[in-house]
Amino acid sequence: MSIFEYNGSAVVAMVGKNCFAIASDRRLGVQLQTIATDFQRISKIHDRVFIALSGLATDVQTLYQRLVFRHKLYQLREERDMKPETFASLVSAILYEKRFGPYLCQPVIAGLGEDDKPFICTMDSIGAKELAKDFVVSGTASESLYGACEAMYKPDMEAEELFETISQALLSSVDRDCLSGWGGHVYVVTPTEIKERILKGRMD
Amino acid sequence: MTQSGVDVPPKGGFSFDLCKRNDMLIQKGLKAPSFLKTGTTIVGLIFKDGVILGADTRATEGPIVADKNCEKIHYMAPNIYCCGAGTAADTEAVTDMVSSQLRLHRYQTGRDSRVITALTLLKKHLFSYQGHVSAALVLGGVDITGPHLHTIYPHGSTDTLPFATMGSGSLAAMSVFEAKYKEGLTRDEGIKLVAEAICSGIFNDLGSGSNVDICVITKGHKEYLRNYMEPNPRTYVSSKGYSFTKKTEVLRTKITPLMERVEITEVGEAMEE
Repeated sequence: MSIFEYNGSAVVAMVGKNCFAIASDRRLGVQLQTIATDFQRISKIHDRVFIALSGLATDVQTLYQRLVFRHKLYQLREERDMKPETFASLVSAILYEKRFGPYLCQPVIAGLGEDDKPFICTMDSIGAKELAKDFVVSGTASESLYGACEAMYKPDMEAEELFETISQALLSSVDRDCLSGWGGHVYVVTPTEIKERILKGRMD
Repeated sequence: MTQSGVDVPPKGGFSFDLCKRNDMLIQKGLKAPSFLKTGTTIVGLIFKDGVILGADTRATEGPIVADKNCEKIHYMAPNIYCCGAGTAADTEAVTDMVSSQLRLHRYQTGRDSRVITALTLLKKHLFSYQGHVSAALVLGGVDITGPHLHTIYPHGSTDTLPFATMGSGSLAAMSVFEAKYKEGLTRDEGIKLVAEAICSGIFNDLGSGSNVDICVITKGHKEYLRNYMEPNPRTYVSSKGYSFTKKTEVLRTKITPLMERVEITEVGEAMEE
């Protein structure tokens, strides 16, 4: 079994028209046993930047705490929030620093940049950035997610349609993966509000 | 964590503190993670007035295509570009690092960077990590001494060549070069040959695919032709798109309004002394 399959996870982010959506499953398991069904994988860095981490749960939490620390330092020094592109470079540098003994997680970063332009990117466990204009996926259900998003995605969707698309893609993909699921957690962020929704999914 | 308990940003270089824990996990039977690789076909050739570099745009994670349109031609200096194959994080990190070192060197010397400087910085770094930093590079540029093209292998050895290919598709591309390369090519002939070599890699090698990127560097001028050719467009898109009949069931919704961004406008005159 691979290290990434120890806890199980599914994370996806999509770009819409001046908005973005980021979604994850809610299961925390130890190999085939489920320990929790409300595990928080998506974290807010500031009002316009979110990061979701898939992979080994302990590294997810440690890395999140480190990143929040670095962002708070940045806020104190620069007196402003980090842009999503800058934040992605920071995460990439922190992961590459551990190139020969890496954090065993894969981040998905989503944010609204200048002029409310949405930005998404994902990285492998050593910080190789992969910027995309449509969607990014990560986790044990990533192969199904690639297929579902490739079929369901359309460019320039509004917030409600984007929510529907990303939820359907997430739920149909985790249904085909034993290690992730037990509901979904979706954030849809527009320039004026953050809508956080918990989805009802198959609990098996 | 460090003894002081404070996570101070480190001074640079690699940190090995998670190695012991990862080894322990591997001994317990968990497989190590696989990294994003750029399967790749990267090529370079020297033509009459300078250097042309070419690359495909597929990034793979095992057998899955992770990125259909990634950039493999990295900027090093205004007159030097570098294509990278191998582990994606390593090629990006090493080219970014040497690009910054070249810039500092330019500020110090007041001169344009030379290709041989970039070559020496790269080979020193790669050799010192004995091949564990898995980056195979094709470095090309035009400096005061003329056009140069080099290949750099992950262990630190280099070659200086009139035409070069690297990556999993290198044999497919090299066959095109060996058949059709001649000295003194014009710009258009050179671009056509590079595009043909990359296409040969895209169609025959499974690790390379998607589009062709080309970069033409001549004395005092460079042209980065991103997605110069797109031989694999998606043609089966349905114009209706996907429509969902059954809506997703939502258990809870929480709406957080965001503060309006404040716009500061300068009104009136500045204060007098």
